[in-house]
Amino acid sequence: MTVVATRPVIEVRSLRKTYGLGDTEVHALAGVDLVVEKGDYIAIMGASGSGKSTLMNIIGCLDVPTTGQYLLDGVDTRRLDERRQALVRNRKIGFIFQSFNLIARTTALANVELPMAYAGVKAADRRSRAQAALERVGLGERLDHIPSQLSGGQQQRVAVARAIVTNPVLLLADEPTGALDSKSTADILDLFDDLSRAGRTLCVITHEDEVAARAKRVIRLRDGQIVMDERVAGIHQPPPGVAR
Amino acid sequence: MSRFAEAARFAVRGVLGNKMRSALTTLGILIGVAAVIILVSVGTGSSAAVSEQISSLGSNTLTVSSSQGGGGGRGGGGGFPGMGGGSVDSGSQTRLAELTVDDAGALLDDELAPDVKAVAPTVSASSVTATYTGASHDVSSFTGTTPSYLAINDWTVSAGSAFVDADYTDRERVALVGVTVAEELAGGDGSDLLDETVQFNGVEYSVIGILSSKGTSGNQDQDDVVIAPLTAVQDTLTGYGSVDAITVQATSAETVDAAQAEIEDILNSRHKTTSDDADFSVSNASSFLEAATSTTDTLTVLLGAVAAISLLVGGIGVMNIMLVTVTERTREIGIRKAIGAQKFDIVSQFLVEAVLLSVFGGLMGVLIGVVGSQFTIVGVEPVIEPYSVVLAFGVSVLIGLFFGLYPANRAASLRPIDALRYE
Ligand SMILES: Nc1ncnc2c1ncn2[C@@H]1O[C@H](COP(=O)(O)OP(=O)(O)OP(=O)(O)O)[C@@H](O)[C@H]1O
Ligand SMILES: [Mg+2]
Repeated sequence: MTVVATRPVIEVRSLRKTYGLGDTEVHALAGVDLVVEKGDYIAIMGASGSGKSTLMNIIGCLDVPTTGQYLLDGVDTRRLDERRQALVRNRKIGFIFQSFNLIARTTALANVELPMAYAGVKAADRRSRAQAALERVGLGERLDHIPSQLSGGQQQRVAVARAIVTNPVLLLADEPTGALDSKSTADILDLFDDLSRAGRTLCVITHEDEVAARAKRVIRLRDGQIVMDERVAGIHQPPPGVAR
Repeated sequence: MSRFAEAARFAVRGVLGNKMRSALTTLGILIGVAAVIILVSVGTGSSAAVSEQISSLGSNTLTVSSSQGGGGGRGGGGGFPGMGGGSVDSGSQTRLAELTVDDAGALLDDELAPDVKAVAPTVSASSVTATYTGASHDVSSFTGTTPSYLAINDWTVSAGSAFVDADYTDRERVALVGVTVAEELAGGDGSDLLDETVQFNGVEYSVIGILSSKGTSGNQDQDDVVIAPLTAVQDTLTGYGSVDAITVQATSAETVDAAQAEIEDILNSRHKTTSDDADFSVSNASSFLEAATSTTDTLTVLLGAVAAISLLVGGIGVMNIMLVTVTERTREIGIRKAIGAQKFDIVSQFLVEAVLLSVFGGLMGVLIGVVGSQFTIVGVEPVIEPYSVVLAFGVSVLIGLFFGLYPANRAASLRPIDALRYE
């Protein structure tokens, strides 16, 4: 493969994460090297406990590695203090969680506005952008619903809207369809296809083969190490789900 | 600043999100603030009442009372007229002749006592029961004295006339009665008692005047009095011998201290005593005022302290609820941090939430405290001290800040990864 001119979104070198000490020591990540280019759509698979979430938390700047290097969009994350880490999460990363993680008793619109509120975007601007993001995920009619008034699939779509509203360089999803039925799963995967075609970089953790089948590249972890790295479609091609 | 406004908005939402809990937390502060305001007002009100009562005695009067050779017993000030009957020590009891009518006379000396304007010896008869055509009344204060006593103490008659020097020298059994006594005995407004004969402990006196009302002072009825010539009272009720007190009027409020020194000199030389073993004591209104104010000030401080403790307890309530809130919303904190909230954002949010609770409690407390201070409480008309309102409210704000800081910091220090994992 030829070297791509742009810098990678994710560049991970010899990443290790060890929990506990002595007898209880667990090597959640045991030396991971991974480069993800801008515009890629990768799926990370692996058995339970293989270190997928640990990897995603480090990539998302929610956690720090024990040793190893991680450059996010060219920035060495070890140099970041707590304040800059928060800034990076706010500006560069969009999170989508298995359990949606919306703020309770807060409308869909306000939830989507939240990252922009922390970014200091003006209220009117914020509102119109949040509205556009919600329309994009097909929830233009549900702006004022609070999470408990939405289905699981709808809540996850609000979460997707919240993740994309700040135009981050990287979308991270940890088992985004784990709590959804097949119809809602299909909705979310279609959204991911859309986002990928629009040039976003996606990184999706999943157990399910049909979810992994939609990614351009599939990575398999076992005991904290990458044991398989397979490219299904080219970075600048549409994701396989669209081609079908 | 806009980020702070944002945090404040989230805080408002947090407070409104659990109205019942917020209301109960607020209640703790409310009670504390209201208690501070009301109790300090009560303290101040009773101070004011006491000072008013004392200054109504006149700022230029002094009272000489006997004390037993510096040995305690009847300490200074017991015999102050109008002060609530501390002195009433019946003349029927034999005792050392300490103060005499002659002592009183000696104080009217232009040479030795230029600052003394008027003097009135008094005797008080205790347990005097007045009877009149079947009606009877226990008089709370029965004083035998000279006509100058009336002028010194601002007594005037509303009906009839006061007794004069001739009545004194002729030992006339005439009496001036207070409105309360007159009403009790004659019914109506008591005016029927004028020129009638009333029996005091079985001794007949004719009522020649009704005293103008002085009203009540504190819980003491100043009109429940009878004043008669000293000579007649000694003849009939107290027996001869010493007088209970000598009321002295200085020429002005400024000369009170000088007059006091002159009195002490004259009496010491007459009694052959010195200031160390004096068998009398001289007190004036301002010395009472000082003693009384210091007592009521202590009272105010004590009341304020009790109230401040309840305010502190309210503050601990705020802290408790904020800690619960932070624990409950750990996940929310994790989400916010994952999305990019800074420490500052989280601290502001929870700190503002705590301050909102305490400020709202403080405002309600001020309202209730001010309204509550409009009522008479245990016989005291509270006087609102502006400083107590400002202080109580200010402290409630500080309490929110102080007791909110720890929970807010705890929330902000959570690592996003731990907070997100929290179930
Ligand atoms: N905070 C922690 N303390 C100790 N050990 C941990 C911690 N977090 C993860 N681990 C361990 O690290 C290993 C990897 O965990 P991780 O959550 O990354 O697995 P995973 O691949 O996401 O699994 P799953 O598919 O069940 O979500 C596991 O053995 C787990 O027990
Ligand atoms: Mg996991």
